[in-house]
Amino acid sequence: MSQFILRRLIESVFVVLVMTLIVFFGVSVIGNPADIFAAQECDQKCLADLKARFGLDRPLWEQYFLFLGNALRGELGNSFQHGLPALQVILQRAPATLELAFAAVLLSVVIGVPLGMWAGLKPEALSSRLIMAISTIGFSVPTFWVGLILIMVFALWLGWLPAIGRGQTVTILGIELSILTWNGLAHLALPTFTLAIANIALIIRLTRAGMREVMFTDYVKFARAKGVAWSRILMTHVLKNIMIPVVTVIGMEFGGTIAFAVVTETIFSWPGMGKLLIDAIEVLDRPLIVAYLILVVLIFVVINLIVDIIYSILDPRVRLRAAQT
Amino acid sequence: MTMQEPEPSAEERGAVGRFARDFVKSNEAVAALLTFCAVLAVAILAPLISPQNPYDLTQIDLMDNLQKPGSRSMGGMLFLMGTDGQGRDILSAIFYGLRTSLMVGVLSGGIALVIGTAVGLLAAYRGGWTDTIIMRIVDLQLSLPPILVALVILVVLGGGAAKIILALVIVQWAFFARTVRGVALVENAREYIEAARGLDLGVLRILFGHLLPNCMPTLTVIATVQVANAISLEATLSFLGLGLPPTQPSLGLLIANGFRFMMSGNYWVSLFPGLALLITIMSVNVIGDRLRDVLNPRLTR
Amino acid sequence: MRLMLHIAFVVLTALSTPVWAQTTTLTIGVRSETASMDPHWSQFPQDKQVEDHIFERLVAMDHNSRPIPGLATSWRSINDTTWEFKLRENVKWHDGQPFTADDVVFTFNRLRAGIQGAIASPAFVLTNGNKRIEKIDPQTIQIRTDGPFPTMPEEMSFFSIVAAHKAANVQPSVDFNNGKATIGTGPYKFVEFRAGERVVVERNPDHWGQKPHWDRVVFRPITQDASRLAALMNGDVDIIDYPQTPDLPRLKQAGSRFAISEIASDRVIYIQMSFRDMEPFVRNADGSPAVINPLRDVRVRRAMSLAINRDAIRDRIMGGASLPTGNVVPPGFFGYSDALKVDAFNAEQARQLLQQAGYSQGFRVTLHGPNNRYINDQAIMEAVAQMWTRAGIQTDVSAMPRNIFFTEVIRGDPMSIPGFDVGKFSVWLSGWGTATGEATYTVRGLLESFNPEAGSGNANWGRYTNARVDSLSRKARTTIDANARLPLLVQATEIGLRDYALIPIHFQVNNWAHKITLVHRPRVNERTYAWDVSQKP
Repeated sequence: MSQFILRRLIESVFVVLVMTLIVFFGVSVIGNPADIFAAQECDQKCLADLKARFGLDRPLWEQYFLFLGNALRGELGNSFQHGLPALQVILQRAPATLELAFAAVLLSVVIGVPLGMWAGLKPEALSSRLIMAISTIGFSVPTFWVGLILIMVFALWLGWLPAIGRGQTVTILGIELSILTWNGLAHLALPTFTLAIANIALIIRLTRAGMREVMFTDYVKFARAKGVAWSRILMTHVLKNIMIPVVTVIGMEFGGTIAFAVVTETIFSWPGMGKLLIDAIEVLDRPLIVAYLILVVLIFVVINLIVDIIYSILDPRVRLRAAQT
Repeated sequence: MTMQEPEPSAEERGAVGRFARDFVKSNEAVAALLTFCAVLAVAILAPLISPQNPYDLTQIDLMDNLQKPGSRSMGGMLFLMGTDGQGRDILSAIFYGLRTSLMVGVLSGGIALVIGTAVGLLAAYRGGWTDTIIMRIVDLQLSLPPILVALVILVVLGGGAAKIILALVIVQWAFFARTVRGVALVENAREYIEAARGLDLGVLRILFGHLLPNCMPTLTVIATVQVANAISLEATLSFLGLGLPPTQPSLGLLIANGFRFMMSGNYWVSLFPGLALLITIMSVNVIGDRLRDVLNPRLTR
Repeated sequence: MRLMLHIAFVVLTALSTPVWAQTTTLTIGVRSETASMDPHWSQFPQDKQVEDHIFERLVAMDHNSRPIPGLATSWRSINDTTWEFKLRENVKWHDGQPFTADDVVFTFNRLRAGIQGAIASPAFVLTNGNKRIEKIDPQTIQIRTDGPFPTMPEEMSFFSIVAAHKAANVQPSVDFNNGKATIGTGPYKFVEFRAGERVVVERNPDHWGQKPHWDRVVFRPITQDASRLAALMNGDVDIIDYPQTPDLPRLKQAGSRFAISEIASDRVIYIQMSFRDMEPFVRNADGSPAVINPLRDVRVRRAMSLAINRDAIRDRIMGGASLPTGNVVPPGFFGYSDALKVDAFNAEQARQLLQQAGYSQGFRVTLHGPNNRYINDQAIMEAVAQMWTRAGIQTDVSAMPRNIFFTEVIRGDPMSIPGFDVGKFSVWLSGWGTATGEATYTVRGLLESFNPEAGSGNANWGRYTNARVDSLSRKARTTIDANARLPLLVQATEIGLRDYALIPIHFQVNNWAHKITLVHRPRVNERTYAWDVSQKP
């Protein structure tokens, strides 16, 4: 186990290194942030001074090694735009994104599991076929389109929900949460649903598949024959078995949800770190882009690790992937 | 090197027939297949059936912009789905956009399939270090979210059709590689491969003649899913401003451009391309679902 | 005990919410996020407009960007290289300390030292002309320069004055964001800055100037255009900047719950071209490389201008929100030329001119430009491409995000080496805002020859050169007397634009959408101030 974790960590260091290399050089090749930030009235000399002051005039490899040296000391550089340590800027906004992602995952379970169970229980019923059809739409429809349609319908036509932004927040243990106030919840509703759609579809399918598999197992048949009530069978046997794949997939999709929040946050002006990335790209805020990606890769590595470990605990038949090769 | 096409045995022909019969048992799947064929036909025939070439600047007129669906141009042309902000016929733009979107989706899916399959087969056949290294890369690739990887690639490389295809290939190949390797590993242990090795049939012959056909069912399913994903991902990236050039818009770009007009009530600019995109992706997904049921590769989405 | 509590409660409630003064709050939905509350952090409008509520400048600007007294009440040039500013008396910082010349000197020193980490800082204003400050008495300062410096008053509107007793030895940006150093003299006091979410300020009752209508002002960044309008319609915000042009007609409609305020801005949108011997993006009609650059022929450039239907762009692309022009500074600005008329659309004449120039078959160009910098930039390019193609110049459009565009247009050519920039494009769309309210910088930056030593032509990326424009512009830059300077600037502009150094299309007309119960008086310089907004009587 510890060997497995160690190897994972070494791997992730490697990924981070390769990624910084690609992003660092890539972003620098696109353009020079000084060209975007300098005022029109800033003449050629002034522009050259600006580049020199930020080290943007040095050879790229030199800039990169400087960055690596600082990164090893835990300094990922200051954001050009905000002037604060890039990591700090991102972490300031991380709670908003995490809240959104958690809410989306929660919503997809709350909606997806019951619907999936129903569809698995009565596969031929009209309602089940409808559920499956909707889940196919959920898979197919692009997030950004849904987001804007939702704004139009619920915020503009019906006027039920606020269109944009994050609502009132309550600070708990130093973290600001909007999930605890009505106003906050109202603001959370549309972006959460937008972000959750794909996951809802996924969980419906997983649950349905698991349900159908479990239904044909001997112990369920046996329990049925013995006359045990459906509800009891569902709660004790079926749910437990379905939860294993669902938990795994939720774990793996959580990272994807954070990544996809980039799109949702842009549409809903949600002040999270995904929108920060898009803004940073627009002005080539290199330190911020690199720091964001490093952070997200690390989150991913940790999530995958946890999922693998949980999975091996939940289902002892599954050996950790390390054992395979 | 000659690659002989193995003569299909009676049993195999039977399998294909059975597969077709199974497939058509689902009405949804047949409808989806027909829809997709129609979409494909429209995309291929776009230059012939479009009322207008939306990319030819001499054919569009700014004076015809934002016309409602069903109105006529000053030259008398009918705009069945209205026009966009530049006076471009939406219907024609959708036809051409479908072309671009499908091309991006199919091409990136296809290239990823070829690369992924080759790499996966190699890993399974060679085993040892080759396998370990390849699979580590695959695992890494799969552990990162496609949207983010594609986003970074496009930021680094800049937009354009070739680059977006490249980005989509990079985020997709690992799916194929992993699956192919899995299937191939099982086959690898079978006797006929052992025999083939013993006969010194040549690596390529074994890989493509024997291992590959056994991977086909699984590959077909993944390929369909990936094509749908690629089309959707391309649309999203275009929406974020990182995709294709504006003069030859894909469906995603049409939708993104049309958003500017949504709030002002000119819904058609964005709605119709959106529906076209939805129909396309849905039909591919439904086909994929059915293929999975029929071919039954043990897959979870 | 219980009664006591009850009374205490009633009294407290009465104190905290007096019935006679209900708090009025204005919530402004803005397109771009404020990066920092440090007034010396950047010169971006989204930062400036927020800071201007808290901090003030020596010279303020009126709605038409003309200099008016700010923290300085008067100014004059004493000799060719010295300007004197008289400071406003009895001005107090938000913490009650008096404002004096020491604060101005401190501000100059802070900027001269450079703001650590600020890539877009207005500090360059002081290096420009090597400005040195001297305190004469607590209410008087003098600024000396290396040479004559006519635009001194305008430049003193570039940066705000910070408090010497608060802003000394603080962390740049950070200590302004948390409020520690955010003590200004302005009409509003700092309350809260939450990056990406909102900035809140409240009225300063002790301000020297006119009392603004709103007790509290909230700025909320909403970057997505559609979302910003949705927020207004939904009542989340009271006023938004940059409503999308397609939405304007509906918002303007009678019976709408919203109203539009508009003003022609100082930002001119133009087509610029490159004057090299051979151009990478210019080809003959048959697709072969053009050995002679047709863009060097003034008849061709004139044809390109005549082929553009600026009225159609205004009506069909800009939702009416543009002011077609043949100038580079807007009407009413110092340096505007009445003689330069808008080129009327004339495709026939354009074709004739092309024929005269020897291009009866036309030629091919690629029009480059940004797709997220100016209002409808990409749509304008597509429309221009349509018009040029009709006139015989087959035009492709290549639009890209501004982060790519600006570096490419300046030094994207593979021939570029540090210190010797070569642009990549042949024809492109760009824009220029005359932030100073007068034409000196505009003529210097756009029309004068590219010359890093002289700091001229810094936006003349196509390397247009005209000796007469150069000498007039150079002379204007050293002429302090406004009456003598004006004709020099006007003449330089007229010579340059009649030679089509660039092809002006229009001035952006800036719009704000707000609730119909409000009145907003807009500004030429694109900034949104709470005191420009009031409740309809």
